[in-house]
Amino acid sequence: MSDPNFEDGPSAKARRGRNLFLALALGAFVVIVFIVTLVKLSAHAAPYI
Amino acid sequence: MTAIPSAAPTLTSASWRDYVQLLKPRVMSLVVFTALTGLVCARSPMNPILAAVAILCIAVGAGGSAALNMAYDGDIDAVMRRTRARPVPSGRVQAADALALGIALSLFSVALMGLAINWLSAGLLAATIAFYALVYTLWLKRRTPQNIVIGGFAGALPPLVGWAAASGTTPLNAWLLVAIIFVWTPPHFWALSLYTREDYAKAGVPMMPVVKGAASTRRQILAYSLALVPLCMAPAFTGLGGAVYLGVAAGGGAVFLLLASRLAASRAGDLAGERADDSDLYAVRAASAPARNLFAFSILYLFLLFAALLGEHLMNLAPLRWP
Repeated sequence: MSDPNFEDGPSAKARRGRNLFLALALGAFVVIVFIVTLVKLSAHAAPYI
Repeated sequence: MTAIPSAAPTLTSASWRDYVQLLKPRVMSLVVFTALTGLVCARSPMNPILAAVAILCIAVGAGGSAALNMAYDGDIDAVMRRTRARPVPSGRVQAADALALGIALSLFSVALMGLAINWLSAGLLAATIAFYALVYTLWLKRRTPQNIVIGGFAGALPPLVGWAAASGTTPLNAWLLVAIIFVWTPPHFWALSLYTREDYAKAGVPMMPVVKGAASTRRQILAYSLALVPLCMAPAFTGLGGAVYLGVAAGGGAVFLLLASRLAASRAGDLAGERADDSDLYAVRAASAPARNLFAFSILYLFLLFAALLGEHLMNLAPLRWP
């Protein structure tokens, strides 16, 4: 019996593409927030160094 | 209003280029440029990394709102020659995917702007996206010939967002940049719509030449142009622009008025079949050349104005001081 949730062909490819985009976007978001946090922390820490 | 045929239903596989096209990269580049000008003109010290993040947020927000626009407008884009090759009407991307991309990018840009820069600029960015996607695309575009006049406010806001990102404030000079783009928008789009009138009519979009006729549109273009040129010169008198800016605003403004006058005296938009080549937006028949010329020059004029401001501020040239 075939799995009704199984996707194949163009729709599966499109879904993989969307998942990859979301993963990359979330990864980029985390990296940018991390870098921005470092920049802001270093600006505030500068008077104490 | 004519019946609007549905977008092409046959889906073909989309490439990454289609998704880039959904973000309207040419419009995005103008948004980024005007926002960068606002950010630099604020003359507020800003870490270069934070400035880059702010510009990234504005670019992504502009792309998100463009994707939302394309997701909703697939039906009318399919009818118009200028837009029928876009990813949604051509069936390469589903409207639902464009919608999801637009929502994701919009949320991403506003959240990042708020967390990384400040919540004033994030709020203004959210307002810009909402105005373009909801007020212009969903409401005004299909209902009133004032669609691009009121909707132009969304396209005018990026310098204010850039200014707010740099300084956390929105002073009068920042609003002056908004006013320039706001008043520039009607002559720019109406010049284009004079020679693409048939497409708008076919798609049921009530652009000014479709509703009020070409002669009325030409007169209104001239009226807006007469208001635009002194407005463009105003920053030289409010401590924002210097001598270079004033020269560009006055010289370019004179050319703008000349082209608008020629257009007002012409018969552009009166006849059918104004475009000579469907694939080239600038290829028009002789009667519509004045409309095409003003459309093309309006882009150059806005670019030169903001480039002059940006250049003066980057080179630390003093703005004009008047007694």
